[in-house]
Amino acid sequence: MADAAAPNSNKATVYHPLQSTQPVKVAASGVEVFYADQQALHGITANIHDRSVTAFIGPSGCGKSTFLRCINRMNDTIDTARVRGSIRIDDEEINDRGVDPVLLRARVGMVFQKPNPFPKSIYDNVAYGPRIHGLASSKDELDAVVETSLRKAGLWDEVADRLDQPGNSLSGGQQQRLVIARAIAVNPEVILMDEPCSALDPIATARIEELIDELRENYCLIIVTHSMAQAARVSQMTAFFHLGHLVEYGPTEEIFTNPRDRRTQDYITGRFG
Amino acid sequence: MTDAARPPIADAVRQRLARRHRAEGRFQAFGIGAIALALLFLAVLLGSIVLQAGGAFTNYTLTLPVTLERESADPRGDMSEESLRRGSYNGLIQQSLQNEFPVASSRTELRELFGLYSGLNAASVMRRVVAEPALVGTTIEVTLPVNHEIDLYLKGVTVEEVFVDGSGTLRPSGVEGEVTLVAATPAFAGAIDRIRDQAIAERDATLDRAARLESQAQSAASRDAREAALAAAARARQAAERFETIIDPETPVELGPRTASLLVRINGGVVAVSSLDPDASTAQGRVLLTLENADPSDAWTEWVIETPSANRRITDQQAVYARALESRGMVERRFNTNLFFNADSREPELAGVLGAFIGSVLTMLVTMLLAVPIGVGTAIYLEEFAPKNRLTGFIEVNINNLAAVPSIVFGLLGLAVFINTFGLPRSAPLVGGMVLALMTLPTVIISARAALRAVPPSIREAALGVGASRTQAVFQHVLPLAMPGILTGSIIGLAQALGETAPLLMIGMVAFVADAPSLGLSGLTQPSTVMPVQVFLWSGASERAFEMRTAAAILVLLSLMILFNAAAIVLRRRFERRW
Amino acid sequence: MNSPAQQGHHIVKAFSEELEQLSAAVATMGGLAESLISDAIDAIVTRDSDLALDVVERDKRIDALQRDIERQIIRLLALRQPLAWDLRVCIAALKITADLERIGDLAKNIARRTRALNEAEPLPLAKSVERMGRLVQGHLHEVLDAYVSGEVAGAVGVWERDDDVDEHYNALFRELLTCMAGDAQLIGPGTHLLFIAKNLERVGDHATNIAELVHYAVTGTELLAERPKGAFPDGPAS
Repeated sequence: MADAAAPNSNKATVYHPLQSTQPVKVAASGVEVFYADQQALHGITANIHDRSVTAFIGPSGCGKSTFLRCINRMNDTIDTARVRGSIRIDDEEINDRGVDPVLLRARVGMVFQKPNPFPKSIYDNVAYGPRIHGLASSKDELDAVVETSLRKAGLWDEVADRLDQPGNSLSGGQQQRLVIARAIAVNPEVILMDEPCSALDPIATARIEELIDELRENYCLIIVTHSMAQAARVSQMTAFFHLGHLVEYGPTEEIFTNPRDRRTQDYITGRFG
Repeated sequence: MTDAARPPIADAVRQRLARRHRAEGRFQAFGIGAIALALLFLAVLLGSIVLQAGGAFTNYTLTLPVTLERESADPRGDMSEESLRRGSYNGLIQQSLQNEFPVASSRTELRELFGLYSGLNAASVMRRVVAEPALVGTTIEVTLPVNHEIDLYLKGVTVEEVFVDGSGTLRPSGVEGEVTLVAATPAFAGAIDRIRDQAIAERDATLDRAARLESQAQSAASRDAREAALAAAARARQAAERFETIIDPETPVELGPRTASLLVRINGGVVAVSSLDPDASTAQGRVLLTLENADPSDAWTEWVIETPSANRRITDQQAVYARALESRGMVERRFNTNLFFNADSREPELAGVLGAFIGSVLTMLVTMLLAVPIGVGTAIYLEEFAPKNRLTGFIEVNINNLAAVPSIVFGLLGLAVFINTFGLPRSAPLVGGMVLALMTLPTVIISARAALRAVPPSIREAALGVGASRTQAVFQHVLPLAMPGILTGSIIGLAQALGETAPLLMIGMVAFVADAPSLGLSGLTQPSTVMPVQVFLWSGASERAFEMRTAAAILVLLSLMILFNAAAIVLRRRFERRW
Repeated sequence: MNSPAQQGHHIVKAFSEELEQLSAAVATMGGLAESLISDAIDAIVTRDSDLALDVVERDKRIDALQRDIERQIIRLLALRQPLAWDLRVCIAALKITADLERIGDLAKNIARRTRALNEAEPLPLAKSVERMGRLVQGHLHEVLDAYVSGEVAGAVGVWERDDDVDEHYNALFRELLTCMAGDAQLIGPGTHLLFIAKNLERVGDHATNIAELVHYAVTGTELLAERPKGAFPDGPAS
């Protein structure tokens, strides 16, 4: 029997010989998360590269979203959550006491599963981040930031003439792109996306995927997805999580053509795990 | 599943389907029935209140020309305010009224005449004069509400009366004092029949009562009770005796306090008949309103006041004065402004809800300013910031329990803490508002927390994800979305407080307060009452005129409530539409 | 190819069944191709023209099977979007059928030449051709066994022993040249025999191809890179 089919009972992560030439942006090492007494993540160690898309895949409850939320310390908002281990962004430890999560979240933007624009106008949605962080000193500057962000999110042409309309009046796909524009507006370094297309139709999904592909040139993107096809389409690196463990991490084409771990193989081919 | 198995299942489903549809129909019918019943009750309630209150919105007013003679209005003669305030304005009004009926001179007549209005009205004349001293020496028109009993009489609420045109020629023996009215024909036959019929009915009713009392005496539990019943029965039989002389067709009909009154309008005057000859052609009586002349006249009217004078609060003389003034255009039915622009008064015709209304407004203001910010703040802290531990759990349980505490307990608390410990004034809107704020707090907190919890967490995450601090996320995103819910909850809580009486009883807001508190900061510590307490006070008052005023006050309170709820809906719409 | 028990069942049963059907069809096609080669060699040895004609006829069935399997694979790719193992199995099957189809064509060509050969005098070198044919047939058999069982070792063995076939061919080539140089009469049948040998050599190449594909399908890695070393690739997890 070949190693792909070999039962892999030990919990060690399979790291493929990494082929990314991009520098490391986020370096996680031994990250563990507990919800009350329940351990949700077991010793996650992974280097995530800049200017590329990294996809987290795995069955529900495998810890991929939990890990994603560690990167901008969203888990802080849950009372019972405790995070251990080290996550460094550009060699700066984010779990240090001295690091303000508010500042961190300005550097690490996040897009959620359900499009969640604020119940405000399109303009205010995008301008909110720059406003609270004081990134624009004048109205003209703010206008420029809003326009650039909407352009980058590929939404400008569709909403340029109705910026004062509520964000909720847009279609689902447009809302998700608005939310991405809102995240881009604060000029983050890392953008986290938690199943950004799970509520969208295939065309809207394709638009978002195209957008993700374009954003790759400037940002470090991390995307959690349930759709293996989507992970395969948009990402350069893929990490497979299972029961709180990082099982396998490597270039996407490797993971999808020749996974090394039996659990990865079973998951992506849709077999009984 | 095999094909063979399908048809029986379809049949089974179809059979049950009919039953299920019936159950659904039944449920809907119950629902509609319940709503219809509720609507019916509401209609009955509102209808009865509106019907009762109807009379209170108008009243009869007396308009008099009052000459403000200098020596009465300005007893010291220096035109100072102090002097003007000491003026005998009631005397001036009395003088003016006496001018209308110059003949009235005996003490009884004058008492009856001056009983047409309340002496408290003099205060309003005084205020006018004090405000404009130049009026002294001139004649002014004074409009004052007539006494409530007169008002009720004119509205036809308390007294039954009929007017019948007399037939034949009637000749009065004089124009004043005791007179005899003589007719060639039995002109008074109709009146006698009427009075006798009434007397027979009264007698029979009295005898019935006596019989009932006697049977009660037989089955009475104790000896005392039996004797008391027997004595009452004996008194009733004695009373029935008195009707016999009236009923007897052979004796003259003597009219008294227990019979209807017969008044005769003739030659511009009125004669109160005291006795009628059995042949119905001659009547003895006393002139209540001076006749213009003693000529025989065939244009006369029988005026029968069927309610015996013992059973009514106005005398024949007062009825005559009131009707005379009405026919002279000096008594008119007008919109009752006193009801809305006066504070409470012992005289129903002067009593109004203004004091209670201002009291309610001030109290609600205090309640709102205390309960809403504190309640919403508490809710935000507990829901968004407080760690979930035993202490906050304990606080939560206690807040929920507080909502179920009887409101009078809050009144006791207010009495003990605010009045006895802190020494705040009694009966003041400030204390009332504080007590009601305590009572409303749990409602506000619970509804605000529910509203905050209903805001989707995605909004919170979105704000935090862009780098908003927790406070920014709550105040810029969560709170605006929760605002409609919070407002609705708060206003429902305030509306509840607006209708609350019990806790206010404890802090002395039931006092009779004749002056409306001023609508401002100083009003907060002035004694005052509130709308529901006013309703409560009036409902216990003995004067019949307060009955309709109670209903009217309830209507005012209801409109206030509707206004409150309308405000809630408007605010809700506003905030929901605000993007 | 690999039994489902080894890979685990798909959650969607129909997917597993379709993959099994595909493997079975490829195996059937392989069996058919092997029998064609075998019969073609028999026809040379026994100088049986009827058998040769039969081989030519049976090649049509191989073509039909190939078209059928291709359709199956396209359907699988479009509807099931196979990944990893499943993807490799499909791609390998697609390429293997192409190889098998070529093997069928080569067998047909051998059969045609056999009929031409039968009209001439028997050549002494037929024995060498038969030996070479049996060797190639053995390789094909082994590699198909490896495909069905998923045992990479067999496939790797065939792949490594492809040189034997080449050596056989080179020897036969020299012998035939010597023969034909000695007797001009033998040039016609000798040429036919030479082409038959060449065809058999190609069948061997296709078998090697199939061995590479089996290795790729099972392990996910390509054999080519390691061939010069002749080392045992990172195959079985021993």
